[in-house]
Amino acid sequence: MESPVLRVENFSAHFGDNPVLKDINLSVQHNRVTALMGPSGCGKTTLIRCINRMHELIVDAGVEGSIYLHDEDLYKMNPIMVRKKIGMVFQRPNPFPTMSIYDNVVAGYNLNGIKIKREEKDRIVEESLRKAALWEEVRDRLHRKGSFLSGGQQQRLCIARALAMNPDILLMDEPTSALDPKATAHIEQLISELKNNVTILLVTHNIAQAARVSDFTAFLYLGDLVEFGTTEKLFTVPDDKRTEEYLSGKFG
Amino acid sequence: MIKVSFDSIFKTVLKAVGVLMLLLLAGIFVTLVIDSLPAMKAAGFAFFTGTTWDPVFKEYGSLVFLVGTLLTSFLALAISLPFSLAIAIFLGEYFRSGLVSSFLKSAIELMAGIPSVIFGMWGLFVLVPLVRQVEMQFGVAPYGIGILTASLILAVMIIPYSASISSDVVNLVPADLKEAALSLGATRYEMIKKVVLPSARSGIFAGVLLSLGRAIGETMAVTMVIGNANILPTSIFSPANTMASIIANEFAEATDAVYISCLIEVGLLLMMVTLVISMIGRYIMHRMKI
Repeated sequence: MESPVLRVENFSAHFGDNPVLKDINLSVQHNRVTALMGPSGCGKTTLIRCINRMHELIVDAGVEGSIYLHDEDLYKMNPIMVRKKIGMVFQRPNPFPTMSIYDNVVAGYNLNGIKIKREEKDRIVEESLRKAALWEEVRDRLHRKGSFLSGGQQQRLCIARALAMNPDILLMDEPTSALDPKATAHIEQLISELKNNVTILLVTHNIAQAARVSDFTAFLYLGDLVEFGTTEKLFTVPDDKRTEEYLSGKFG
Repeated sequence: MIKVSFDSIFKTVLKAVGVLMLLLLAGIFVTLVIDSLPAMKAAGFAFFTGTTWDPVFKEYGSLVFLVGTLLTSFLALAISLPFSLAIAIFLGEYFRSGLVSSFLKSAIELMAGIPSVIFGMWGLFVLVPLVRQVEMQFGVAPYGIGILTASLILAVMIIPYSASISSDVVNLVPADLKEAALSLGATRYEMIKKVVLPSARSGIFAGVLLSLGRAIGETMAVTMVIGNANILPTSIFSPANTMASIIANEFAEATDAVYISCLIEVGLLLMMVTLVISMIGRYIMHRMKI
């Protein structure tokens, strides 16, 4: 097996005196979907916000341990560089309302002041929108603002925006929790297609979603990583009693 | 039954208050129009185009005051904008809470409450000598009083209005948008410039509009430092006069009916200018809405 894209080693995080993550060890494989699941408040969102160094933006937040992106310690890098290499999709679709669809896709370049040629931009926009399965729906309206898009389309626009930066890994924080079932199915199908080219770390509180789309699953409970393994194994013969109880709906 | 009738009484009272406000506005407008009829008859259209205001020779041209008002107000706006934007970003983004921000916030509120005559006095004793120094450097007549001094005073006076509204709207920019920008590798400055300010621009514009309205109507402080010269200004150092300050200055000494009526017509013009500017502002704001 090739070396993992991302390794989390003995990682803990806290808000003030309040521990949120305790000694997490986890690795994310290249071009696979890894799901982080667990009940609300288990620390799964905190974990991915630690990976792109957004956690530290909150006052009183702190971390111990290391996270490596291809053997580079993320906590020894400039956080701005970290965020350029790691894409993120949020719970609620958040395209920039002041920008056109086109500008939303290349927002990463515009925000960072990276100058690229017009043709290059056009290519990135088309490629990213195609990857996010949105191109056919918006190709004639690229220069209009995205406010007429449905929630699912807006979320795909956000996925395109993250993909445009060619991230080493794409973090998705419950990307379907604000969407209706149809749009959810669409995004899930998109995730399955994307994993041929992109490494994805998906946070979900939806057990069935983890089972449907992921190759590996990590189960977090109260800040502990209870179990981590292939989705198949974790869902059929879990090692830990808590995993079994969570999967059978005893809590969470 | 009792509840229903109380509800309907309450509704009627609210309605009455609303209608009363409209009647008041209409009443002021109608009074101004009726009282300026003699002036309209005497001066005609030349009232708006004439540049000589000489009550002794019964010549009433109000263009100088219109120019004075617009010049001082827009100059004040230009001077105050960088400051109020900086305060808005400081309070809305960098220091949203804590001792520094609450201190600054109350200082701004306090500033809005200072009577304008105090601003005028401060302008007369502090700003006028300063401007005089500048004028000597530039080799123009060192009056000290004039358009620039009035604009500076106005700028200080309107900062609280635009700053407090702008910092509120900057504060209201959704956290998800800011996080989206940061997650793409933007620095805080890039995020503010390309996401926060564009999202807040219609609110910032509303604050600017409010402060412009305040600048146009400001009377006392301006009268004290503008020089009260009824001539068309030739540079920003020229002494001049505004619509509000000519009314304040000459109303008490206006003896004949046409003179008084002309001053009232200046008031009518001032009201119309304010109305037109706020209408243009609303239109621009409507076009800017996302």
